Amino acid sequence: MFFEILTYSFMQRALIAGVAIAILCSVVGLFLVLRRYSLFGDAIAHSSFGGIALGLLAGIYPLWTAYGVSIVSALIITRIKDRFNISGDASIAVLLSSGIAVGLVIIGLSGGFTIDIFSFLFGSILLVSINDTILILGLTGVILIIILLLYRQILYSTFNEEQAKVSGIPVEKINYLIIFMAGLTVVTSIQLVGVLLISALFVIPNVSAIMYGKGFKQTAIISISFSVFSVITGILVSYVFDITPAGTIVLISIGLLAATLGIKSAGLLSKN
Amino acid sequence: MLKAVEISNLTVQYPDVKALDDVSFEVNQGDFLGIIGPNGAGKSTLFDCMLGLNTKYKGEIRFFGQDIRKSKNFLKDIGYVPQKPIFEKNFPATVSDVVRMGLRKESDDNKINKILQQLWIHELQNRRIGELSGGQLQRVFIAKALVNNPKILILDEPVTGIDQPSIELFYSILRELNSKQKITIIWSSHDLDAVNQLANHVACLNRTLFFHGESEKFFSDDELVKQYSEASMQEHMHHH
Repeated sequence: MFFEILTYSFMQRALIAGVAIAILCSVVGLFLVLRRYSLFGDAIAHSSFGGIALGLLAGIYPLWTAYGVSIVSALIITRIKDRFNISGDASIAVLLSSGIAVGLVIIGLSGGFTIDIFSFLFGSILLVSINDTILILGLTGVILIIILLLYRQILYSTFNEEQAKVSGIPVEKINYLIIFMAGLTVVTSIQLVGVLLISALFVIPNVSAIMYGKGFKQTAIISISFSVFSVITGILVSYVFDITPAGTIVLISIGLLAATLGIKSAGLLSKN
Repeated sequence: MLKAVEISNLTVQYPDVKALDDVSFEVNQGDFLGIIGPNGAGKSTLFDCMLGLNTKYKGEIRFFGQDIRKSKNFLKDIGYVPQKPIFEKNFPATVSDVVRMGLRKESDDNKINKILQQLWIHELQNRRIGELSGGQLQRVFIAKALVNNPKILILDEPVTGIDQPSIELFYSILRELNSKQKITIIWSSHDLDAVNQLANHVACLNRTLFFHGESEKFFSDDELVKQYSEASMQEHMHHH
């Protein structure tokens, strides 16, 4: 039965898109977590809710409006935060609630389109089309290449902004680039886990990976492995038992975190 | 000879206080300058201006003849060691990850190994930086500053958290960098004795510069040393 599942083309697309999103979220998420921006993915996702509602109302493919709205609002909120010295968590709260508010008002105006909204709130990876899969693979490739090319600059400005500046790194531009990439990543990932669970993919595998006490690259690899494992097993298990993939994926990654905490508290993780 | 650093009429006005008032001095290539002054004397402000982190100053700062307002190119010749390196305690970076961040060009493992050995942190290279002691951390950040072969090393000395053997090692490293590798050193310190032993020039800063010259001259002049100590004390009382 297991191998039969893998022969379905919708399942192949779901696994390919899911693995790409898993890799993307854990890499971009690692930088967000280390910048104490863990909830930023959540905030962008919520603001994309406004974008999705706008798209449904205007009859445009909702993910396109979601990309536009969430990236623009993420950049604006970052600008406002820097300009007026608002703390990171407060700016995240502002972004998060305004997206939902806009979405609710638009839904109200249109008389409601609850069924479409539902798949964006909770994801619909098994319904991902061939075009979506190509888009997801393309974006994943582009973002990973940018990160590889600017690896040192991004890592250094994440580590310590002031010192990165002294080393001649254009820290502000790098910060905006990360926000921009986070925006792209979040909206791309909506299809996998939905608006409500995005931050789980950004945060949980990274929190687990950081505990293993390794260097940066190994930490990224551990995080990617956890993330990919959660997504593949999550999609397969949820199909077999006919439960929601988004919830299953997130629960598996929480399971990996719990196991990591167990290993760590048993003293099995050496300091080296 | 081209001056390593020329600072002319540097003034920094904060809303409520003048942090630096018309400070001018020069540093020759190969000099070892110790900057002393009480807390709040403007040392950090001076460094921020020199490093391009604070651009709201009046006056002029030149590195090797180039006005730093005009180009950021000067930064490649500078290695900077902060007083208190701030980073996330559980940041997943090893000692060699951090040193590698300092490297401007392609990763060069030989170079990193060499610098780690020179600073006695070779055995720590795979340790997470969050696990290091204050003295070890200081050497990691010196290694990061040195990995690009800077011509000038600027160090803001940490006040606390470093054990005596590490301090001794730190001083001997500074001495070697200056005498053997001919790196110009600008070092802010609270330890007058150490400045006396290591630096060949001294600058006393307390918002204005009230002495700049050879360290022998400073330390042989009891009046000056006394004046410094009094200014330092007054500032100390002022702060309490």
